[in-house]
Amino acid sequence: MNTGNKVITIEVLRYRPEQDTAPVAQEYIVPFTDDMSVLQGLQYIKDELDGTLSFRWSCRMAICGSCGMMIDSVPKLACQTFLRDFYPNTVRVEALAHFPIERDLVIVMDDFMEKLDSIKPYIIPEKPRALSEGEYLQTPAERDLYEQFSSCINCLLCYAACPQYGLNSNFIGPGAMALLHRYNLDNRDSGKEQRMPLVHAEEGVFNCTAVGYCSEVCPKKVDPANAVNINKTESASDYFLRFVTPKGACK
Amino acid sequence: MSARGPARRPFVRSMEGWWRKNPYFIEYMVHEGTALFVAAYALILLISITCLARGEAAWNQWLAVLTNPLCIFVHVLLLVGFLYHTWTWFNIMPRTLPPIIMNGARVTAATITRTGLAAALIASLIIFIIAASLAS
Amino acid sequence: MKRSNAPIFWALFGAGGMLSALIGAVLVFITGIAAPSGTFLPREMLSYSNVLAFSQHWAGKGFLFIIIALFLWHSVHRIFHTLHDIGIHAGTGAKLICYGSALTGTLAAAYALLRIG
Ligand code: SF4
Ligand code: FES
Repeated sequence: MNTGNKVITIEVLRYRPEQDTAPVAQEYIVPFTDDMSVLQGLQYIKDELDGTLSFRWSCRMAICGSCGMMIDSVPKLACQTFLRDFYPNTVRVEALAHFPIERDLVIVMDDFMEKLDSIKPYIIPEKPRALSEGEYLQTPAERDLYEQFSSCINCLLCYAACPQYGLNSNFIGPGAMALLHRYNLDNRDSGKEQRMPLVHAEEGVFNCTAVGYCSEVCPKKVDPANAVNINKTESASDYFLRFVTPKGACK
Repeated sequence: MSARGPARRPFVRSMEGWWRKNPYFIEYMVHEGTALFVAAYALILLISITCLARGEAAWNQWLAVLTNPLCIFVHVLLLVGFLYHTWTWFNIMPRTLPPIIMNGARVTAATITRTGLAAALIASLIIFIIAASLAS
Repeated sequence: MKRSNAPIFWALFGAGGMLSALIGAVLVFITGIAAPSGTFLPREMLSYSNVLAFSQHWAGKGFLFIIIALFLWHSVHRIFHTLHDIGIHAGTGAKLICYGSALTGTLAAAYALLRIG
């Protein structure tokens, strides 16, 4: 299998703020074997060819969410994408779209961190509970309700796939909405009322035009577009019914 | 200054022409474009009832336009646009619905799309039958 | 955070989108192809007296009104968002032109249908 003498060209969109005014493409010739991921290709470059190249990674197994980048213009996890699938063509890698480039393949993700914080991504119990009262109980059926949305690894591929976020970064965006929905669906949680104003807001779900590409690129099958669009329906019915249903009538 | 000092100069890329860069986005723009066909047909109907309200002479003038082969050809184009709208509308539908559980399992996206398309077919047949019976 | 008023337009967009997806194509076929060409339906169908009788009936009137209004609201909403997509963020201006024309069309349809009697 491993002949070890195949080479592939990796073109990296580089940006070194201290010397570049705008990103520039740089090509590297990388020897590769069929089991090598794009991430391993980049690691080869950094170790053997050019130590100045910057990129994020950690787990190498599609679970930490740090290695998201545009690979041939598609948002992908570099550790889960294989060089063999591009050979003999050049692979083009670029920092995740729709985020500012900090340096080379590293993006500035402060905006997402603020959004993540704003959705209160933790269980808000109805009333404080003492440790002595024991654990929260949840049936498998209750867990199934939100399980899909809890698989998010914050990789931001969905944001790079969302033109609405690219056009207007005030939009809360797919990933954060998937997590918001995940906590709202959890029977141990009572924080829905605190989270919904964000869904209803001008920054909220109605920025979405149901492009659907976010769900297409999600490596964890979270289907963030589904979370966003379910909340459109919920938000709209609240919009029209808020005057007829007394506050706190549901749940 | 701290580590976030002047060395940080994040580069913001332009969104110019974003929809041309990915086949998925090109398709998105095309199916959004079906709105022009829907708008055109609504206008045609609006003109129709306006002429109708003006009386028989105005209606017959408009009818001459409607029966013109060029106008029929325009409607063939509109038909293609509407069919594409139907197809894409029900293709996106699974992403917009809350999970539907039947017999203990979640109804798949393909089933939802197929149900939507079948509903469109049945509704269209009913409308056509009503139209045909009104005509006779 | 300001609450968005989008649900109004979104609901109209959705209703019109669903209606046009279900029966838009067959309506185009009937009124624009089958009847005017006299191929699948008699041309007579579009005679003044037939169309008048259809539009004078409350059901025909209501049907025409709903179709025209919802198709308009559906399409202007999409067009408004597409303008934003291609980089025309005219904000209030584009909003007024898009939703304003749907409103005008809706009123014009109501006026014509009422005049038909
Ligand atoms: S929803 Fe999917 S694509 Fe988006 S951040 Fe979470 S795991 Fe990544
Ligand atoms: S390195 Fe952790 S997801 Fe790729």
